[in-house]
Amino acid sequence: MQRSAPKRRAIHPWPLRLMHWLNALAIIMMIGSGWQIYDASPLFGFTFPPRVTIGGWLAAAIAWHFAFMWLLVSNGLLYVIWTLASGHYRKFLPLSPSSVVRDLRAALRFNLKHDLGIYNAVQKLLYLGVMFAGLVAVLSGLAIWKPVQLWFFCDLFGGYVTSRYVHFFAMTAICAFLAIHLMLVALVPKVLPPMITGGRQET
Amino acid sequence: MTPIDRRTFLMRALALGAAAPLAGCNYEDPAHPDLADRFLHMMSAWNDRVQAALFNPHTLAPTFRPDQITRPPRFNAYYSISDVVVVDPATWRLELGGQIRDKSPWTLAALNRLPQTHQITRLVCVEGWRVIGQWGGVPLGEFLRHVGADTNCRYVAFRCADQYYSSIDMASALHPQTLLATSFLGAPLTPAFGAPVRLRIPTKLGFKNPKSLVQLAVTNVYPGGYWEDQGYNWFSGS
Repeated sequence: MQRSAPKRRAIHPWPLRLMHWLNALAIIMMIGSGWQIYDASPLFGFTFPPRVTIGGWLAAAIAWHFAFMWLLVSNGLLYVIWTLASGHYRKFLPLSPSSVVRDLRAALRFNLKHDLGIYNAVQKLLYLGVMFAGLVAVLSGLAIWKPVQLWFFCDLFGGYVTSRYVHFFAMTAICAFLAIHLMLVALVPKVLPPMITGGRQET
Repeated sequence: MTPIDRRTFLMRALALGAAAPLAGCNYEDPAHPDLADRFLHMMSAWNDRVQAALFNPHTLAPTFRPDQITRPPRFNAYYSISDVVVVDPATWRLELGGQIRDKSPWTLAALNRLPQTHQITRLVCVEGWRVIGQWGGVPLGEFLRHVGADTNCRYVAFRCADQYYSSIDMASALHPQTLLATSFLGAPLTPAFGAPVRLRIPTKLGFKNPKSLVQLAVTNVYPGGYWEDQGYNWFSGS
């Protein structure tokens, strides 16, 4: 069979880019307002400084939190539907413990090759991990919001009090992901433009 | 204006003054909402509708064992405990208004003659903390039927001796665990905890449990509330 001229397609298709930036907005609003809500009744011996929180006071923070939860959840559901329908989910598979160990070692030696649009094992683990943390954050959030009507979510996490801790640690996990995510973008800046323009790769 | 309207107006004006120092925040001036405020109000109204749809009148709030009761109980109000209004139970009356057939005021003795019930439930504050307590009194639904309230109305509104006010949806008002509570921890309510009669509604957040009630009205006109008018979500169901 004769080879035709190489086709070029987007590294990140437009639905993915749109959902990525909508999610970024939702996550920033949820974390910033969530920190303000936390400050009203801290679980630990610290509070978040006002300059990094959103809302200014509890009523506004709750209003922002419960407004942007709809964006977070609907965008997240769209992503799940899209990734299954488009076959994008295959990028996360296969994922074996040995490949994670191998790629993590390479990454820590700054020796890990980065191919645009192809996920190495560490990326796969981080992306799947943050999706899991997002799911836990949403479910534990529903448990705190509706401990009576959605009591089954509350029971799932061991009651109202534990649900608050679970919600907090899910946020912490997402923040840890964000720190790594942003650090890697800073280290490998060429990955940023394709998430905005789509980029082109040869097939 | 009816008395309740005039007082609502006065309280909204006072709430406005209280919110004024919060410059630079959302909901800093409820009378002059900016674009963000209008967006948040719209989403809050949407969340009211979602919560009303989620509300199942047969789902009960969890109940607890006596040894799980929080001791000592935690006082909370929009003022400090030294400013608690003391109501004389002997002269206290509950005024009724709105869509109610028999609007004669109620005494504590008359209320105590209605069927009583008790519950050990959790009060969850909008701030995130919670306490477990035991409350006893008359189920609000029984009371509303007893006085011939129009339970097709949308709201039950409450006014308090301390100028606090709030309102709830009729479905939540008719929930079996919603009480006109007269006792707390097995003894008559003390002034700090809402003597002589408070609303106890474990299917809503703490600030929807007004204390030291002096007026109850059944209405289709949105009554708002002390915190609700400053931006807190109105339905605030658990």
